[in-house]
Amino acid sequence: MVRFSGVGLCYPEGGGAWALQGLDFLLPEGSFTWLLGPSGAGKTSVLGLMHLRLRPSIGRIEVLGHDPAGLPRAQLPALRRRIGVVFQDYRLLPHLSAFENVALPLRIQGVTEARLRADVTEMLRWVGLAERAEAAPAALSGGEQQRLALARAVIARPALLVADEPTGNLDATQARRVLSLLRELHRLGTTVVVATHSEALPEEYPAPALRLEGGRLLRHG
Amino acid sequence: MARPKGATALRPLRGRDPLGLRRALAGWLLPALVGAMALLAALAIAGAAGAGRLAERWEQAAAGQVIVQVPPAQAEAALARLRALPGVAEATVVAEDRLRALLAPWLGEVPGLPLPVMIELRLVERAEEAALREAAAAIPGAQVERRGEAVTQALRVAEGVRGLAFVLLGIIAAVAVALVAVATRAGLAARRETIEILHELGARDADIAGRFAARLALLCAAGALGGLAVALPALWLLAEAAIPVALSRPAAASDLPWAALALLPPAAAGIGWLTARLAVGAWLRRLP
Repeated sequence: MVRFSGVGLCYPEGGGAWALQGLDFLLPEGSFTWLLGPSGAGKTSVLGLMHLRLRPSIGRIEVLGHDPAGLPRAQLPALRRRIGVVFQDYRLLPHLSAFENVALPLRIQGVTEARLRADVTEMLRWVGLAERAEAAPAALSGGEQQRLALARAVIARPALLVADEPTGNLDATQARRVLSLLRELHRLGTTVVVATHSEALPEEYPAPALRLEGGRLLRHG
Repeated sequence: MARPKGATALRPLRGRDPLGLRRALAGWLLPALVGAMALLAALAIAGAAGAGRLAERWEQAAAGQVIVQVPPAQAEAALARLRALPGVAEATVVAEDRLRALLAPWLGEVPGLPLPVMIELRLVERAEEAALREAAAAIPGAQVERRGEAVTQALRVAEGVRGLAFVLLGIIAAVAVALVAVATRAGLAARRETIEILHELGARDADIAGRFAARLALLCAAGALGGLAVALPALWLLAEAAIPVALSRPAAASDLPWAALALLPPAAAGIGWLTARLAVGAWLRRLP
């Protein structure tokens, strides 16, 4: 469950302008939600608040039943580990292989090496990268990197998955493949939030949507 | 909070090198500089220990020798009385010829000059000086003189050397802390994005800081071992050269402060670990 109550966000380096204002919404547990809006509407900022990269300037957020502002710092990592993130720019670690990138969330959780190896191998097969396990991210195509980022985001079976333009650099076939992976995750019970500026994707996969423009919520539902 | 099967709650961040620190904190500059610091520290430690040991030996040697000056008329009675004291191992009268020869450079040949009788005492260890002075006081005209003035001066110098060595050790430790802090800052700059990603994926601050701390502790320990390897032969040679002034034969290897020297690599590792841990911890606290 994700709840925003009167949330506003102002970047100090942004000259005091509000990136987000007056956001109120509730995403039920196990829901699939599109986050729509043109570039610069504030989609990445909303996702940043959801995966605790940002803190609201005003208002209150609740993620997976916790108010991050009320949690001691030592408990935030455990909450973060329940959230999977697909970054718009992938944010893969260039000095690690594809296998090690996907293994990272499990290593952070302290999963045993034997268990980790089987899970990562299976996940790489799921996203069609089993043959590229030892490749460095730089050696992968844009589509492969995007799928690798998705694999890393879901390997630890997060309770909440936020994805920022996960099909942005993919052709239609690969985009459908990534979306079917996201919907499969949703079917398994994960709360999924997907930000996109594409109007075609929500039409192809109808689901509740939050529409942003200029940092304000235009429509919910 | 739920976690996948096979996970353990408090196990630290696993993996070979997720932060890429072997590359970000590579090179020989830090170990070489720490090695130089360790070399200086080893010299300072050995200098302090050597000065202390020499002072102790000089003091012991001086403590065993006392001159009692008595009027010629009292010589025989004084000699007998002094020999009877329990703390006196040996008491001999300095021959008049030797005494005149010793005075000749200052007074020239003065055959008629009356000289006191000098009784040279060698005391057993732990002899009570108070008892000796009491006995001497009972001899009319007797004066007790320890061969201690020169030794006192030498002891002051030795204490100064020891104090200087400890100050030097403090400076070396401070420079080592600064070196590690600079290296840590360089590592943070090189791996800033990686650290942010790990942080966002849920890595604990302690795990990330621990990775840095372990890497820098290793580099510092390696550097200190290298510095020590260079220092030991030099210290051995210095200790061998010091035998004539050490007043005892088994100097060299047995005189080196092995325990303190052996602590240098762990101490360097500790400085590296603690400095990196604190620096990275402070940096991570700025993240949300």
